[in-house]
Amino acid sequence: MPRGNIVLSGAEERPLTSIVDYRAAGGYAQLAKARQMEPQQVVQELLDSNLRGRGGAFFAAGRKASFIPRDSPKPVYLTVNADESEPGTFKDREIMLRVPHRLIEGCLIVAHAISSKHVFIYIRGEYLTEFEILRAALDEARAADLLDGVTVVLHRGAGAYICGEETGLLESLEGKRGQPRSKPPFPAISGLYASPTLINNVETITTVPKVLEIGGAEYAKIGPPDSTGTRVFSLSGNVVRGGNYELVNGTTLRELIYDLGGGIPNGRELKAIIPGGSSTPILTASEVDTPLDYDALAKAGTMFGSGAIIAIDDRCCMVQLGLRVAQFYMHESCGKCTPCRVGTRWMVQILHSIENGAAGQDDLDLLLDVCDRILGKCLCPLGDAAAMPVASYVNRFRAEFQEHIDNGGCPFGGESSLDHVFAPVDQHQHAPVATEAPV
Amino acid sequence: MSLVTEIQELAAQYPESRSAIMPALRLAQERYGWLPPHALEEVGEALDLTPAFCMSVASFYDMFRLEPAGKHTIEVCTNVSCALVGAQATLEAFEQELGIHPGETSADGEFTLRTVECYGGCGWGPVVAVDERYHEPVKPEDVPGIVQRLRDA
Repeated sequence: MPRGNIVLSGAEERPLTSIVDYRAAGGYAQLAKARQMEPQQVVQELLDSNLRGRGGAFFAAGRKASFIPRDSPKPVYLTVNADESEPGTFKDREIMLRVPHRLIEGCLIVAHAISSKHVFIYIRGEYLTEFEILRAALDEARAADLLDGVTVVLHRGAGAYICGEETGLLESLEGKRGQPRSKPPFPAISGLYASPTLINNVETITTVPKVLEIGGAEYAKIGPPDSTGTRVFSLSGNVVRGGNYELVNGTTLRELIYDLGGGIPNGRELKAIIPGGSSTPILTASEVDTPLDYDALAKAGTMFGSGAIIAIDDRCCMVQLGLRVAQFYMHESCGKCTPCRVGTRWMVQILHSIENGAAGQDDLDLLLDVCDRILGKCLCPLGDAAAMPVASYVNRFRAEFQEHIDNGGCPFGGESSLDHVFAPVDQHQHAPVATEAPV
Repeated sequence: MSLVTEIQELAAQYPESRSAIMPALRLAQERYGWLPPHALEEVGEALDLTPAFCMSVASFYDMFRLEPAGKHTIEVCTNVSCALVGAQATLEAFEQELGIHPGETSADGEFTLRTVECYGGCGWGPVVAVDERYHEPVKPEDVPGIVQRLRDA
């Protein structure tokens, strides 16, 4: 299958953490080239490449850059989203560990493209080693006079999934609780400090040097037309060889899970696949031939998301999976919008009662109803990120949910791989789940 | 250098000093081990913010500690990918080894045990962070050795 060699190129054998090694691999040549180009030309290359955002929304990077006003009286900011926290996703971490200079080169190229002198890299607080490596790389770049008047600030988060949402990130960077803003105004017009701000994911930015090297039009020839280029796919769960694999988009789930990942261990069967991080609707094992591209996944009723594939074997109870996913989003809901704050709590409560055999037939419909009352009704997609996958578990594995109702409890009898997993919400004694039971 | 001076130096790299609140809270936490009320007052003084505002920010983020913690913090990811490959068994091994449950600190003040949401090491789970450094993967049989090394340190 087509192995990609763009984002992580040169770092296959060993990390390219030193500037000497990165330069020997051709590093920073594209920055020099970009600075000879008009900013608009660089944006045009991005438009031609049809590179789409790798954080999860898959928005066209060139279009996003072109929204930044050229005549702003205010400073223009570039903010890099390195707050990778979508469950199942660990690609940006590997990019920062292996090619930190390529990320910095990408930042400086994009800063030039939008005529920005100020770059902020918002890195999740837990990524301590990654932060140290990135800081060392930045120090080297600064010492090599590559910054050319651009300030680059590494800003560490402190543990909040919601700060990966772009306006939550901006609030956090401004020194507040990371609660998302309503849009419009969009960050391109009024973002950080109410100034024009471009926000891009680590992988998107790290792809940019290669786009310039080969040209946007050439880049656009790699992979399917709607999903050009490569992605660094994070593979985890019940697979023999979990890890990151950079592949040309359009590679199938089967190739990733079986050919590269070595298949399902312990003689078990594949049961389900989460294709793009825990917020994306689930696929059944019969859909394993679905290609990893935007359109094909949409056609299958799910999403490309963050490119994080979680393989789930036949030991896993789908009610327990729903519970654990809902517990995550309940824990991470920022509390600003009622449907998400209260709805995720209800979801957890109902899923607990289904799992424990306390639920009646109406509770399945109630669960779907709660999902429906969250979907599209909040300022940011966090609530959707809980409602969409959980509703998909019910819809795709309805018989298994029904069995819980009919049997008065879990048919796995304590043998499921997710049986009684202790979630962080349960260690917060100040917010017991039981206080807001649905009536 | 005083904490207030150190924070004000940090603040200089931001267009608005309030942006330095997270690194400032981190510095204060490194100094005191957690964020007691006087730490929030110092952060507030350095950045011209009220202690209440500092509290509102500190309480939003999972990594800021609003109560004293053990000398060592052990964090076990129990999100989906890690849980599918045995994170619960790893967590239980720590509970047994340390004699405490998640969210608790051992009576001798040595260890705090927590479960955490996805730490981004899913392909090499179960992920455990010991004093902020990742160990991947950690199986139940690895647990006594990890705890012993911390006790000996």
